[in-house]
Amino acid sequence: MTLLSVRDLTVKFGTRGTPVTALHGISFDVARGERVGVVGESGAGKSITGFALMNLLSRPGYIDSGEILFEGKDVTKMSDREIRRLRGNRMAMIFQDPMVTLNPVLTIGQQMIETLRAHRRLSYDDARQISLVKLKEVYIPSPEARLDQYPHELSGGMRQRIVIAIALLLDPQLIIADEPTTALDVTIQADIMELLLEMCRSNMVGLMLITHDLGVVSQVTERTLVMYAGRIIESGKTRAIINDPQHPYTQGLINALPQQTPPGTRLRQIPGSMPTLSTMPPGCPFNPRCELATDVCRARMPEITQFGEVQVACHEVKRLHAELAELEGAQ
Amino acid sequence: MFAYLVKRLLQAIAVMLAISLIAFAIQGNLGDPLRELLGQSVSEEVRQQLREDLGLNDPFLVQYWRFLGSALQGDLGTSYFFKEPALEVILKKLPATMELVFGATIIIIGLSVPLGIYTAIRPNSILSRAIMAISIIGISIPVFLTAILMIYFFSVELGWMPSFGRGETVHIIGSWDTNFLTVDGWAHIIMPSIALSSIMLPMFIRLIRAEMMEVMQSEYVRFARAKGIAPGRIYFVHALKNTLLPVITVGGVQIGTMVAYTILTETVFSWPGMGSMFLEAVNRVDTPLIVAYLIVVGFIFVVTNTIVDLIYGLVNPTVKLARMGA
Amino acid sequence: MTDQTAENPVIAIRRPSRLREFWASNIAYSFRRNPVAIVSMAIFLLITGVAFCAPLIAPFDPYDPAQIDILNSEYPPFWVYGALPEFSLGTDDQGRDLLSTILYGTRLSIIIGVCAVAVQAFLGISIGLISGYVGGRTDSVLMRLADIQLSFSTLMVAIIFLALTQALFGSEIFSRYAVVFLIAVIGVAEWPQYARTVRATVLAEKKKEYVDSARVLGFGPGRIMLRHILPNSLSPIFVISTVQVANAIISEASLSFLGLGMPPSQPSLGSLISSGFDYILSGSWWITVIPGAVLVTLVLVINLLGDWTRDVLNPKLYKG
Repeated sequence: MTLLSVRDLTVKFGTRGTPVTALHGISFDVARGERVGVVGESGAGKSITGFALMNLLSRPGYIDSGEILFEGKDVTKMSDREIRRLRGNRMAMIFQDPMVTLNPVLTIGQQMIETLRAHRRLSYDDARQISLVKLKEVYIPSPEARLDQYPHELSGGMRQRIVIAIALLLDPQLIIADEPTTALDVTIQADIMELLLEMCRSNMVGLMLITHDLGVVSQVTERTLVMYAGRIIESGKTRAIINDPQHPYTQGLINALPQQTPPGTRLRQIPGSMPTLSTMPPGCPFNPRCELATDVCRARMPEITQFGEVQVACHEVKRLHAELAELEGAQ
Repeated sequence: MFAYLVKRLLQAIAVMLAISLIAFAIQGNLGDPLRELLGQSVSEEVRQQLREDLGLNDPFLVQYWRFLGSALQGDLGTSYFFKEPALEVILKKLPATMELVFGATIIIIGLSVPLGIYTAIRPNSILSRAIMAISIIGISIPVFLTAILMIYFFSVELGWMPSFGRGETVHIIGSWDTNFLTVDGWAHIIMPSIALSSIMLPMFIRLIRAEMMEVMQSEYVRFARAKGIAPGRIYFVHALKNTLLPVITVGGVQIGTMVAYTILTETVFSWPGMGSMFLEAVNRVDTPLIVAYLIVVGFIFVVTNTIVDLIYGLVNPTVKLARMGA
Repeated sequence: MTDQTAENPVIAIRRPSRLREFWASNIAYSFRRNPVAIVSMAIFLLITGVAFCAPLIAPFDPYDPAQIDILNSEYPPFWVYGALPEFSLGTDDQGRDLLSTILYGTRLSIIIGVCAVAVQAFLGISIGLISGYVGGRTDSVLMRLADIQLSFSTLMVAIIFLALTQALFGSEIFSRYAVVFLIAVIGVAEWPQYARTVRATVLAEKKKEYVDSARVLGFGPGRIMLRHILPNSLSPIFVISTVQVANAIISEASLSFLGLGMPPSQPSLGSLISSGFDYILSGSWWITVIPGAVLVTLVLVINLLGDWTRDVLNPKLYKG
């Protein structure tokens, strides 16, 4: 059953009068309880996608066109009040850096209780009890004392656990986690990721995990979207994408993983860098870095086509599949 | 908290000692106490005798110690002009100045917080643009000029407002007469208070706006929005407290400027406070009064700065704990 | 030099002149699109230009007693009934032509303001560079000093200092050296503004690799600070400087108004306003209001330019 359905979402940034396009009409679905990974280099539009879903883009970014259907209702057409009822309640978000996510002058308790009371008619004491239960769920030691502490008294990992607890407070249907472990020490990254996975599984919560780490995606998610320069260029079952990437960019990403490189040899990199919003090349945005690029790639943006378990936007992949089909047909 | 308090108090005492040392050095070098006491027509022997009697030939530190001792007992010398203890002269003038500062502070706090928040939340509205335009004009007009122009328009041209003095006051206690209990008193204090606040008010509006806009861009405000918190709570609970932290620090520094502005305002409005008294004392080279003013003003600085620091410590959870060593 | 460029036209074409480069830059672009900045700049240049040409264009010399006649005092400006044609903006209480006196006074106010800020900048930048580069004990002592200096308001320190100097030296000697005293006291009192900002940039830049590589190449600390680190703090210094000039002009005017600055015989805008204040009750408003308007306009356009530079350069200013 579809929980979230995004159709032709276009996000623009208005700078100096002439807006630039950050998301080029992307479409995807998330089913109830499904865990979806969004991968890509920084600047590919992953975070913008996450914030756009909650209509939380900061100026000068804005949703230009498209639909975001969450539980059947279009987020882009909601009033401020309606969308506020959604945020933190049906759809929650986990931010990248827990050191700056929590308000430094409010206690942990205040920041949890206000979230509960913003959405439900609860007495202060009841809200405090619920907060306490949630803190226990995310394995915070001595939760009673934590409620009266300020964020600066806690470590980064502890703070991110609290942010996760806040996200889970109202039993949302979908959690958007934007690089939830990047800012943490390597030693606790795995713990936090495991906690997130466990929470989503046990509570049947949908997860949109935004990350640049393909390893994490393969461990946590069921489906993956690969983004490049504001477009989804490949999507499908995570297993299929990791084991048999189709798009040259996805192949490059997976080949660049250290695990894919025999010891003692050089890491393989994708040459060049991603175009910026204002220097977008004509045709496929990946063509300047692509070994397979042809004149067609330099002229026209490829449309998304289904191949078995995955959807890919690439002229060459399409041509190869067509040739393959022809060969099979000939035999 | 207690250790922090003690540390802060020790610092305040150190600054007070430095001020008293400067004040004492001034007393020793400015004017001749003998001439003030005896006049010109006294023989050299009598002079020397008196120098000895007054202890003016003692070493510097001995004299300073004596000065400090009597200063602690409230004896800062006798004013040459008023022939009264200098501290008493000042304490008589203090309430007038304090009421002026109080009036201006009420105006500044009462207007700068709501206007600063409003212009930060609605930066593009016509009202915000008007407030910001008036603010930049406001910080460009010197306090004394605002005062003069107000007198010219409202007193000379229109004749609505009294232009000088405190008017009718009501005696409260000791040397404290207040302006705030009579209509005439209000009429007299309104223009000086506005004039005194005229540069600080736009400055604080601009400061609060800038800080608030920065805080509104922060991740924790974005997170609060992602939690579905209502805008009112975001503005007044999440943003305002963080906005006020730097504002409090700047406010502490500005108290000193406010005391300086009272000298200007009191001069223009012939307000019988200690600011205009200080200028008169300078013109008369009334050394004990000058020295007493320095010490009283220094004391006010140190006390207010200490209080501001303590308030900052109370509002900001990170400071309190860092200093407590937790 | 010119011959060489003429012989090598390729280079001459490829390299646009400094002026053209500046014109095409971001700063110039935002300037051309900002009418407030253009108008402010125009007014500022007009006021400074006219003030510095005062000896050439002023109809009278306000410093020359031979040209002053007390019988000419308090004539109103030309649009008021009873004006004399030779005194277009009227005369002051001593019978001086107000236009000439304002021109000379504005020149004095600008000179004192700019020189005081130059003193502040010199002290503040030197201390900030040393404090940030040397670090350790020196740094903490200097910054503690800056804190204390800042907690006592500039105007208060200036009033007390000038009042005591005046009482000590007598008003005659004081008024002879008033310009120097004013520059010194306003200059010394505000150095922490610069020092803190420069120190902050030094601390940020010191960590960067180019500083390490300069050190490895064997450049001395002086050269590294002046040639490598200082250029990176230029934009905050520039932003502070505009605001500081405006503040210094206001401070000077306030001090002169209190009789602790320029004497009436050699008036700045502040002392001119001060001398007019005694006559405002008798209706001679122009002695106060006209120089007041000039002062406010001057400070306002500098503040507007300061706001604009702050928006364009967007520097990270040190905040206490």
